[in-house]
Amino acid sequence: MIRAKVYVTLKKGVLDPQGKTVKQALNSLGFAGVEDVRIGKYMEITLDETSPEEAGKIVTSMCEKLLANTVIEDYQVEVES
Amino acid sequence: MKFGIVVFPGSNCDHDCYHAVRHVLKEDAEFIWHKEKQISGVDCIILPGGFSYGDYLRTGAIAKFSPVMSAVRDFAEQGGLVMGICNGFQILLESGLLPGAMKRNDSLKFICKDIYLRVENSTTSFTNLLEEGEVLRIPIAHADGNYYADEETLKRLNQNRQVVFRYSDRNGRVDDPSNPNGSSENIAGIINEKGNVLGMMPHPERCAEEILGNTDGRRILKSIVSHFTET
Repeated sequence: MIRAKVYVTLKKGVLDPQGKTVKQALNSLGFAGVEDVRIGKYMEITLDETSPEEAGKIVTSMCEKLLANTVIEDYQVEVES
Repeated sequence: MKFGIVVFPGSNCDHDCYHAVRHVLKEDAEFIWHKEKQISGVDCIILPGGFSYGDYLRTGAIAKFSPVMSAVRDFAEQGGLVMGICNGFQILLESGLLPGAMKRNDSLKFICKDIYLRVENSTTSFTNLLEEGEVLRIPIAHADGNYYADEETLKRLNQNRQVVFRYSDRNGRVDDPSNPNGSSENIAGIINEKGNVLGMMPHPERCAEEILGNTDGRRILKSIVSHFTET
């Protein structure tokens, strides 16, 4: 069994309304140094697979097909070995 | 003519659409369950509003893999008319039948209110009874209606006159204060290049009869009927 972690975030240059609001909230709480916040999704996927390489390929294909909308989102896959 | 209204688990404007076309326009209509693999005998498919699959992951993200969507795609490829309203628009974007994507409203709020729309293109099969530049009042009800497309796509949409509706004020002025959700260039509705697939966030089926105090939406739905009866 292999576990993969997937991070999905809005692409750079795509304004993130949630991130912007959270940044303002942090600033108003006194965290003056916060320059930017990007909010995304984190997913853990457990696979019946033995090869980390193969698992990476499968999860990347999942991202392309469903887990991310590549029109506005970037994704990053980490496979635990 | 006959409308087919697709029902996904979580659709909640399907009956409103059925009511508007069947009882207000007096046209034929049938529901199409999302598990159907084939669609036949209908002239126009409506993907109604709602929260298909609970909006899980992203709005429309799961619905695009419903069996019925490959039939909708075939129908569109053969030139059939497809109209996506609200969640239906989101599904069309996720399916790639229309360009762009939806983000969370810039206010982060679910917005449910009447807004004004300026008609940008009245030559489509969905707007032929409207006039260019006229202003309609139609309700919106969504949390993810912040339309996004990259510069190149926006340019192409403008060049091909694919932007059909923009959010405006009551006088037709398109500006920031009249943009309810942060959409790029106040875009509220677009059509594909071929002109047979329309997506819009506002709900014409919710303002199609006198008893509801507003009939602006009826003119959009009637345009579809007139497209079939006039040609």
